[in-house]
Amino acid sequence: MTKEGLLEERIGEWRQYFRRRQAVRAIDIEELEDHLRSQVEALSEAGLDEDEAFLVAVKRLGDLDSVSREFAHEYSERLWKQLVVSPGAGASSLTAHRDTVAAVGLAIAAAVALKIPDLFGLHISGRDADTSFYLRNLSLFVLPFLAGFFALKRELQRSGWYLLALPFVAAALIANLLPFKPSGHTEVLTAIHLPIALWLAIGFAYAGGRWRSHEQRMNFVRFSGEWLIYYTLIALGGGILVFFTVFIFQAIGLNAEPLVGRWVVPCGAAGAVLIAARLVESKQSVIENMAPVLTLLFTPLVAVLLLIFVATMIWTGNAIDVGREVLIGFDLLLVLVLGLLLYAISARDSQAPPGRFDRLRLLLVLCALLVDVLALWSMVERTSEFGFSPNKTAALGLNLLLLVNLGWSAVLYARFLAKRVPFTRLERWQTAYLPAYAVWAWIVAALFPIIFNYQ
Amino acid sequence: MDINKDLVAASATPLVLAILSEGDSYGYAIIKRVGEVSGGELRWTDGMVYPLLHRLERRGLVEAVWGRSETGRRRKYYRLTRAGAEHLAGQRRQWQQVDLALRGVWLMAADPAAQPG
Repeated sequence: MTKEGLLEERIGEWRQYFRRRQAVRAIDIEELEDHLRSQVEALSEAGLDEDEAFLVAVKRLGDLDSVSREFAHEYSERLWKQLVVSPGAGASSLTAHRDTVAAVGLAIAAAVALKIPDLFGLHISGRDADTSFYLRNLSLFVLPFLAGFFALKRELQRSGWYLLALPFVAAALIANLLPFKPSGHTEVLTAIHLPIALWLAIGFAYAGGRWRSHEQRMNFVRFSGEWLIYYTLIALGGGILVFFTVFIFQAIGLNAEPLVGRWVVPCGAAGAVLIAARLVESKQSVIENMAPVLTLLFTPLVAVLLLIFVATMIWTGNAIDVGREVLIGFDLLLVLVLGLLLYAISARDSQAPPGRFDRLRLLLVLCALLVDVLALWSMVERTSEFGFSPNKTAALGLNLLLLVNLGWSAVLYARFLAKRVPFTRLERWQTAYLPAYAVWAWIVAALFPIIFNYQ
Repeated sequence: MDINKDLVAASATPLVLAILSEGDSYGYAIIKRVGEVSGGELRWTDGMVYPLLHRLERRGLVEAVWGRSETGRRRKYYRLTRAGAEHLAGQRRQWQQVDLALRGVWLMAADPAAQPG
């Protein structure tokens, strides 16, 4: 490589490094680059060779962190501007515009679809509401549009579209052809597990059909977490809007509640699914910084909570009293811990060596496993009293599924801390395990009603 | 001689404005000029001049235009605005006042006979 080329490469690296700071825009970097080059030229003229000149020039420019902090201080709004979708900020404003149009169009379509059954006398709320119908079918009114959004965006092939349609057709058949007993346990189980199964089916569209790729799966995990954060934020704003709508109409003596309950809330909630997805797609980088911060914040807290819980259990000698609700509670605990682990993994630089937070995460997983095993133990002891109801079987199955996932994660994490395996093994394990959840969700949704005779 | 950080920070704005009052300039040249006028005593971290220039631009004391360097590279030039010139004049009076006060005290310290009463 020529000397010229070497300097260019160095400056290129410097630029790359600087660009990662959010408060510094490309145009500012260009200005600083001009400075850097002027300095290098002057120093070269003074007799330094280019390599030395570059090093001195970079040193004189100052520590990049403090310079960008100074920029951030000056332009604090820039950090927040990132949250607003600005045209032209992405790779191409034309595709961004097209995506927005598609998302808004599909959001409206989802909202309309949700109201179509109304025409046939199936109301979503109010006194004559058909809760049972909506319970089973809710996800079918919304998630196909989300799948369609990604299928469009990723330009899925025709065979991909057919494959993608399959789970949705199956879900529609399961939800509407099986003779459920109204408000039975299996109906509720199906209603809970179908959206999960369909969400994972959306992963197929999200990955553009390349669902076997670990990177794509990890991206989908990231997307799901970010989507949840965005949806919660939108729901929060929507709640406030609804509150004010009812409030101001009340002030003029009109009761807006039935209208809001029938139209605004369901349609808004359906449309927001698409809008949140569009926001995540356009502004991935912002939330990528948010999910890790949340996990960073809650990992120590949950770890401390579990440690205290275990200590108290040992101290008082109280065993866990296992009912169905308790087991579901422990399932949710494991889901929470898995979430903390998953989002920490998804944001972690897989090249980085083991650190303090890695040990903390392992501790968290081990505590959760210990607590859960204790809960399971006391349950197995008393299975004969309980028998296997559909709810308990579903909760138990999920528990075992999570236990395997977290247990092997703990083993891999420990081996990673002992520098026996690379971190990527842990990532791979998580993404490889994802289909297990899909399979379980389909089993509960489709087979449990049949096995347990629709009770 | 090491000049106190606060003093460097306080003098940065009037210095930059004063240098720009000599004519339009750009970051690298401004820093070079600072070195010249201070006899090399005032040392800034080069990178810090840019956030300062941007702050002055936002306050309307200077305006910036993108031009080209002698070698054809894109370069951002700064020019003193009317408001900047007024601000500089005000700053100049303040610094002269401070300078005057300090000189008076130091003169007296050096020559006790001149002390009043």
